[in-house]
Amino acid sequence: MSNTKKVLMKGNEAFAEAAILGGCRYYFGYPITPQNEIPEYMSRVLPKRGGHFIQAESEISAINMAYGAGAAGGRVFITSSSPGIALMQEGMSFLCSAEVPCVILTVSRCGPGIGGIQPGQADYFQATRGGGNGDYKIPVFAPSTVQEGADLVYESMALADKYQNPILIFTDGLLGQMMEPVALPEPVVDIKSTDIREHKPWALTGYWDDDKKRNTVISLRLQPERLEEHIHKLFARYEQAEKELTRVETVGIEDADVVLVAFGTMARIVKEAIDMLAAQGIKAGLIRPISLWPFPYATFDKLTDKTKVVISAELSMGQMIQDVKLGVKDRFPVKLLNRTGGMIPTSLEITERTAAILKEIGG
Amino acid sequence: MTKKMFFAGYGGQGIMLTGQMVASAAILEGKETTFFPSYGPEMRGGTANCTVIVSDKPISSPLIFESDCVLAMNLPSMLKFEPTLKPGGVLLLNKSLIHQAAKRDDITKYEIAANEMASELGNTVVANMIMLGAFVRTTGIVKEESIIQVIHNVFDQKKAELADLNIKAFNLWRD
Amino acid sequence: MLKPVFEYTKGMLRVDTNFCPGCTHGISHRLITETLDEMNMLGKTIGCGPIGCAVMAHRFMNVDMCECAHGRAPAVASGVKCVHPDNIVFTYQGDGDLASIGTAEIIHAAARGENITTFFVNNAIYGMTGGQMAPTTLVGQKSTTTQAGRDTHQSGFPIRVSELIATLDGAVYVERVALNTPANVNKAKKAVRKAFDVQQKKLGFSFVEFVSTCPTNWGLSPLAAMDFLKNEMLPYYPLGVFRSPEGGEE
Repeated sequence: MSNTKKVLMKGNEAFAEAAILGGCRYYFGYPITPQNEIPEYMSRVLPKRGGHFIQAESEISAINMAYGAGAAGGRVFITSSSPGIALMQEGMSFLCSAEVPCVILTVSRCGPGIGGIQPGQADYFQATRGGGNGDYKIPVFAPSTVQEGADLVYESMALADKYQNPILIFTDGLLGQMMEPVALPEPVVDIKSTDIREHKPWALTGYWDDDKKRNTVISLRLQPERLEEHIHKLFARYEQAEKELTRVETVGIEDADVVLVAFGTMARIVKEAIDMLAAQGIKAGLIRPISLWPFPYATFDKLTDKTKVVISAELSMGQMIQDVKLGVKDRFPVKLLNRTGGMIPTSLEITERTAAILKEIGG
Repeated sequence: MTKKMFFAGYGGQGIMLTGQMVASAAILEGKETTFFPSYGPEMRGGTANCTVIVSDKPISSPLIFESDCVLAMNLPSMLKFEPTLKPGGVLLLNKSLIHQAAKRDDITKYEIAANEMASELGNTVVANMIMLGAFVRTTGIVKEESIIQVIHNVFDQKKAELADLNIKAFNLWRD
Repeated sequence: MLKPVFEYTKGMLRVDTNFCPGCTHGISHRLITETLDEMNMLGKTIGCGPIGCAVMAHRFMNVDMCECAHGRAPAVASGVKCVHPDNIVFTYQGDGDLASIGTAEIIHAAARGENITTFFVNNAIYGMTGGQMAPTTLVGQKSTTTQAGRDTHQSGFPIRVSELIATLDGAVYVERVALNTPANVNKAKKAVRKAFDVQQKKLGFSFVEFVSTCPTNWGLSPLAAMDFLKNEMLPYYPLGVFRSPEGGEE
């Protein structure tokens, strides 16, 4: 297939451009490595495309600016990296509660604490469980190529509006910093500020005439009956998201001796390892969750009795493995194959460790 | 065909641009490619490096642990990446800054006095382009005309005179 | 025919407020909405409320309005204003919300010269959570977390927010007013109008501090609270214009 219509783009810049093409006109950011190309790109490009860029005084302010612009009906994109995302958690819970759309992208690094700036996946719990308070959920997509990341950001701009909820894109320093050929999507039709009320009747726009309904966007619900009812309303939407947004890629899982589960960067390395394992006569398959929430639990039902072990391959001390176990439902042993702290295993290391695990369980 | 390579040198030697030019040339030829730079504090003054993969099929991991080619602009780069070369791989050394011989004898080595050659052109900044010319002519991973096209794309309109200088440097080294 | 001597203002919705007897939130709510009504801007305004006693402001003020997480209203308003630059956008915040947890947000919204208006209710105490020390609690003033009176060795000094904001070049209009007498309330209303005028002319950030009362948490009757405001608060928080588009202090 010819690649000639594609352009070589750095992940971070491709994600920023895809957001603009998806209708983002409002971006609020705070510097943090390894995502700085995004606020830099937005500051340069967004004002020329009829949008607004503000360098916020903190990630806390950035997400609250996003809340304001989102509540006012604008299409908003914000980005950060692990510790910055931690600071945004209050806001994420608030946006879910207030039903305000927003697309948030993390270019994750390593923790705990300030940790390091190399790629990591130890924010799996942060992304899928969240550090904000209360009953809420945020759909999380984890691309594994720059193209897939750009496509998911673009699509999520509309999905956030549809679900009236934040959507989180989980990338890492490798995807943000690397360059790959990208084919960019067509720009969506821009909605003028004065037309927002037609498209988003709930948004804060001012009601203009006395006979029009006044809008409020709120989070506080002191009466338990009302709050419970509201949470059920949110969860009806999350149930719909589980049906509509569960996404997964599988490679050769039906007759695999061993099935590796990996997402994002790790899934790319695992794919290479699968070819190397095949050369040794080991049939390895891959389950690559593209949506981390909703997690593709049902995909694990497709594994056959030929499979001897399922391996969760992660750049953390083992977080996704909890979801993998929920999917496996005790049908197979589940093992962890991991590196952490910014160390990334080579495909050779994955190959050797996978073979060793198979041997250990007597496969 | 999948070719994996390291480009490495001091920050400021144009290593990232060199790697990106190879990746861009690969796209012009309809090939798959990935470019992954080292990032973080080490970029300032220390050793900068990037990995580039060019393939005629989709690329899974952009990270490499064994390489087909290493382009080393300084000594630390040679010491770090020479061991990654597969037997028969190509090692391109900037002789101007590397006064130590490569150890391996199962690889093909080219020593290029890139800084001196660039000085003769009147600008040491284009030492990377002289090395890039050597890379293309010794490995054939991308075509010369693709790189020339990429140089024109990078140095367009306002910087057109820079394109001429870079092309001159790119064309300089012949085996 | 009899002329009505009092009417509901169109800017206030016909619901009972949750404020205590003698609390001045009702006055500041009314001043803001009445001014918007006079400007014919009620339908073209978006308010951003605080966490604190005024968290329910959106139930009383007849404008589009949102709640904001504690202290974040200036950031939220900055976002709203990006989308609707021709609407009036204001924040309404208490002293804990604005001068404690939200210090970064208010300082930077002012420093950026956001074309929004902030109304700051300074009653020197946390109201809704039950009378704890606020950043504006006076030295010696009793609160549930300074039960022997605010001791500067233990709890530091109260912050004069208007003076602080006035040092920022992005702030175009900064005034402190009080809600303790009819004359001061009239002055306060003029300040509200001026702040909105500044915003309508797109001159930059405007800020009005209302020196207010909290009889319940001060442990005083409404009348005694007015005396406390005059005798204790005003000496530390002097009234006046700290910055205006005409330049300098008035």
